[in-house]
Amino acid sequence: MSWLLAHASALVLAIPAASAALLALLPGYRVTARLNVAATFLTLLAAIALLFARPAPGQFLLVDDLNVVFVLLNAFVGFTTSVFSASYIGHELETGRLTPPYLRFYHAMYQVLMFGMNLSLLANNVGLMWVAIELATLTTVMMVGIYRTHEALEAAWKYFILGSVGIALALFGTIIVYVAAQPVVGPGLDAMAWTNLIMHGARFDPALLNLAFVFLLLGYGTKVGLAPLHAWLPDAHAEGPTPISAVLSGLLLNVALHAVLRYKMLMATNAGVLAPGPMMVTMGLVSLIFAAFMLYKRRDIKRMFAYSSIEHMGIITFAFGMGGALANFAGLLHMTMHSLTKSAIFFAVGHVAQVKGTQRISEIRGLTVTHPLLGWGLVLGVIAIAGLPPLGIFMTEFIIVSSTFARDPLLAIVLVVGILIAFAALFLRLNGVAFGEPLGSTEPAKASYVPMFAHLALVLTAGLYLPGPLVAWFENVAKLLG
Amino acid sequence: MGKLEFDIAHLFSGGLVLMSLLLLYQDRMFSLLRFFAGHAVVLSLAVAWQAFIQDKPELYITAVIALVFKGIVIPVVLYRIVVRLGIHRELETVVGVGLTMLAGMGLIGLALVVILPLTAAADPFAREDLAFALSVVLLGLLMMITRRNAVSQVIGFMSIENGLVLAATGAKGMPLVVEISVAFSILIAFIVIGVFLFRIRERFDTVDISALHGARGEQP
Repeated sequence: MSWLLAHASALVLAIPAASAALLALLPGYRVTARLNVAATFLTLLAAIALLFARPAPGQFLLVDDLNVVFVLLNAFVGFTTSVFSASYIGHELETGRLTPPYLRFYHAMYQVLMFGMNLSLLANNVGLMWVAIELATLTTVMMVGIYRTHEALEAAWKYFILGSVGIALALFGTIIVYVAAQPVVGPGLDAMAWTNLIMHGARFDPALLNLAFVFLLLGYGTKVGLAPLHAWLPDAHAEGPTPISAVLSGLLLNVALHAVLRYKMLMATNAGVLAPGPMMVTMGLVSLIFAAFMLYKRRDIKRMFAYSSIEHMGIITFAFGMGGALANFAGLLHMTMHSLTKSAIFFAVGHVAQVKGTQRISEIRGLTVTHPLLGWGLVLGVIAIAGLPPLGIFMTEFIIVSSTFARDPLLAIVLVVGILIAFAALFLRLNGVAFGEPLGSTEPAKASYVPMFAHLALVLTAGLYLPGPLVAWFENVAKLLG
Repeated sequence: MGKLEFDIAHLFSGGLVLMSLLLLYQDRMFSLLRFFAGHAVVLSLAVAWQAFIQDKPELYITAVIALVFKGIVIPVVLYRIVVRLGIHRELETVVGVGLTMLAGMGLIGLALVVILPLTAAADPFAREDLAFALSVVLLGLLMMITRRNAVSQVIGFMSIENGLVLAATGAKGMPLVVEISVAFSILIAFIVIGVFLFRIRERFDTVDISALHGARGEQP
């Protein structure tokens, strides 16, 4: 037991890697789907163990207060999504959209994706982090194109091209960080370790750090889905299998954001650099306003919620850009709430699209009548994501807005306007989808409701009551972020 | 670093920028592939020279990877794909050659203006190497934007990767981990692309990206 605790960070990586190899070899979808669930559950256990035993930072792996939040969220949503995925793909097999060989590939890729994301979160090396994010990107590119339809291929190609451009810019930024660190820390691996970079950051050349941060923000910002490099995101969400949309929105965007936050922490150690905050605030606000207006024109339900993800990543980036203990705290909590809520929405949308046989909003009507559980789940999800009390996102948006008001009222007004525009758009669409004249198939859905309602219950609980230790933990991380 | 060694290193990095400019205006598939092979050869020379003057033998591995993999294997495989798919006709570009070249020169100027003053304190070779590498990256981006064809976008992407390898080797003592990972990622990227090319061919009988801009569920 103590051995397991001591190696929890290695297990978080080893379990997905081993199960990816195993799943690639095993035939039969029932077995592999269950194995996929079991593997993500074990990963979740290992991630929970990280809370209790924290291995000392090594040459390649690092566990600190910041990335534990991300790893735990990653493992939890990864687990619930694998439960949802098991019932989702059963239907895809029946309708023939996926064939057994593709399914084997799908499950292996799911675990590789988990491995890539966890590696990038735990990496104590800027190069390793970059490699891991590239791995996660390439995996999702393959998954988005898995249906091999016209639209899926276009989406995957667009994602691949824009993702590679972002990843290339980020590598260039990473190299500049090394060039800045090398005279101070000395050549070799040491000059790429996060622990060394943060320790010696004060003596780096500020001009080089500035240049590096611009590239890193643009590069990893592409992966976060920030405007103007967000164009891949709606297509990738709409055309891939829905479990992948849930993981993309709920997790991969966070992983890229984690990279940006790490570099922001590095910038904070050096007194001579430009403040990274205003750049992040600007990109965040532009993404929020842009996505809020784009929400009105959507006709595809998955695409609509993809734009909502851009909106929320904008809000989160804005909060971290504002900085300070309160805004950071709210940003972190908002990110957690968004991951839980958005993946719950995609769980609902996935089953809805399967049972109705379409993703077009105009052809999905009166869900609360035809499929009450799915319909009300979706309603609850949209209420949560739009930021109505008493759910968690209301609380975090309230803290972000009020803390901004105290420091810069003008920015707060823009923020509120953006949130309200998006709010109205979501309810305009939800009205017809949930309460309109019933349309389409009324045959009962073979859905797994547990993941969706578990997420929504967590979001509701967080809105009503946050346990003391959680608040203390998040406050501590917020202080780390500066 | 002596004057001559510095100048030779300069020659190779400058040569890579020149090859990028040459790639920009190739309007035939086969000449594009030939020039990409040349791009990779110049890169491997630049890396090998760095290995020699920095006395870091492991960099020779990177040079060999650049030469064998990107200079020979990939162009040959792409050549075969192009022949098999029968797409060795003229390449369509979005913008005219003159305008593209002007934009390319503008981007090189931009790279120099951005990097040189900012990094006055850094090691002189590293900073000029960074400026050249940024030019190569920007030219690669420009190529990806101005080409409609999947194969030329792939080549644009690989020329960006070449620029990144140039930057990484110019940074003194940058660990090998990164170089190998870069090479490895190119390999993965290439597999992905290969898969895509076949799928695109299978479905639409074309590798022209513009053919992909179809219905996306957004028509009223």
